[in-house]
Amino acid sequence: MAMRSPSIRLAPSLAACALAGCTGTGVQDVLAPAGPQAARIAAWFWFSFALAVAVFVAFAAILFWGLFRAHRRHLRGEDTELPDKHGNRLVIWGGVVIPTVILLALLVFSAYTDRMISRLGRGPGEKPLTIEVVGEQFWWQVRYLDPEHPHREFITANEIHVPAGRPVRLLLKSRDVIHSFWVPNLNGKQDLVPGRTNDLVVQVDDPGTYRGQCAEFCGVQHAKMAMLVVAHPPREFDAWWESQLRPHAPPSDPEAARGEEVFMTNGCGTCHSIRGTLAKGTVAPDLSHFGSRRTVAAGTLPNTKGHLGGWIADPQAIKPGNRMPPVPLKGEELRALVSYLHSLK
Amino acid sequence: MTAAIRAATLALACTGLLGGCLRDLDPRLGERHTVPGGKPKEGPAAIRAYGCGSCHVIPGVRGARGLTAPPLAAWSGRRFIAGRVPNTPHELVSWIIHPQGIKPGTAMPDLGVTDQDARHIAAYLYTLKE
Repeated sequence: MAMRSPSIRLAPSLAACALAGCTGTGVQDVLAPAGPQAARIAAWFWFSFALAVAVFVAFAAILFWGLFRAHRRHLRGEDTELPDKHGNRLVIWGGVVIPTVILLALLVFSAYTDRMISRLGRGPGEKPLTIEVVGEQFWWQVRYLDPEHPHREFITANEIHVPAGRPVRLLLKSRDVIHSFWVPNLNGKQDLVPGRTNDLVVQVDDPGTYRGQCAEFCGVQHAKMAMLVVAHPPREFDAWWESQLRPHAPPSDPEAARGEEVFMTNGCGTCHSIRGTLAKGTVAPDLSHFGSRRTVAAGTLPNTKGHLGGWIADPQAIKPGNRMPPVPLKGEELRALVSYLHSLK
Repeated sequence: MTAAIRAATLALACTGLLGGCLRDLDPRLGERHTVPGGKPKEGPAAIRAYGCGSCHVIPGVRGARGLTAPPLAAWSGRRFIAGRVPNTPHELVSWIIHPQGIKPGTAMPDLGVTDQDARHIAAYLYTLKE
């Protein structure tokens, strides 16, 4: 089969990107702000971009004007040297005054943007929802906090569910390596550093799914360290929270029931936990409600039976270096396990 | 002279007939691998959507590098499916839809593949030659 070269395949998308100014092309996009913080950043970007274009155009125009003028004078046999008085003025204006004004404008707007972003969602009347995100080397642990009702707290992994239209304060921590939390449509980057807690406020205007990505090299699988932010309408979010708290019901389907037995007898519960069962491991992602997750292995693959089966059978083939060992299962056990995990909704 | 021409014509006709016979005998040479209703071009997208590539190596499909199940390179030359039934379009489509029906105990799960998608996938696999 003839394969087209990557450059040919890339060309149309690059052209489309250039034409559309890269906006709205996908799930991860700095120039398609989905919340007030990202909107501020985008405004700052467009301001500095416009300024840069203006400087470039003005500089190029003056340069060409000067060249043509000198050339014409040279042809006429006139003196092409600029008189000292003019030269000094050019240096003072073009080299000192104008750059100072432009840099000051950028500095002021940048500081203003930063100030505004850090204030958003932190006002006295605003009560942001607090979610703790702990970066592990190969996945994200997400803990939903409710200080007034600690029994209503729970943990999930790799997907951050938020209510739309409400500020959410993310407490960012890390267990082992340094990560950078970055959901381009929502806000700038913020580091997750072991031993300290950083925070970042995001607010999603409209329900939807936004992809995020670790933005700081964190080890062999840095490129596969993604997560999704899923924004629900506020009521749906409350219902989702309730559904997360509901206790685990034993699977009704016989194959899934067999899968639960496989899960419990093969030691999966030593690393993973499923609320309401004996599986209480914390080393690996929590698998309660795994069936409703959109991806496998921290945003690496869509959560289909095929990918999940391949992941369980040989995790090292999909994400080499991660801490999950291949589990020797019989074919029938593997199928049952996949059915069980997909039944957790 | 005429005899020689006649002999040559006969020889040519024989080769043609023999070719026809071979075509029936050897699937690699003929149309035995045509999947009714299957569009090979639609195959790779369906393969990616169901996640076949997490277990199989499938040439031409992005990310299909799994070593859990047999590689599917040169599929058109394979004689058996799951070491059990002959590699015909009909058997392949039913294997993709319901592997346990052909080999109970296989690790390959029912992926909920629709009949149409199974035909596209099968049609694509038969384009894989050595």
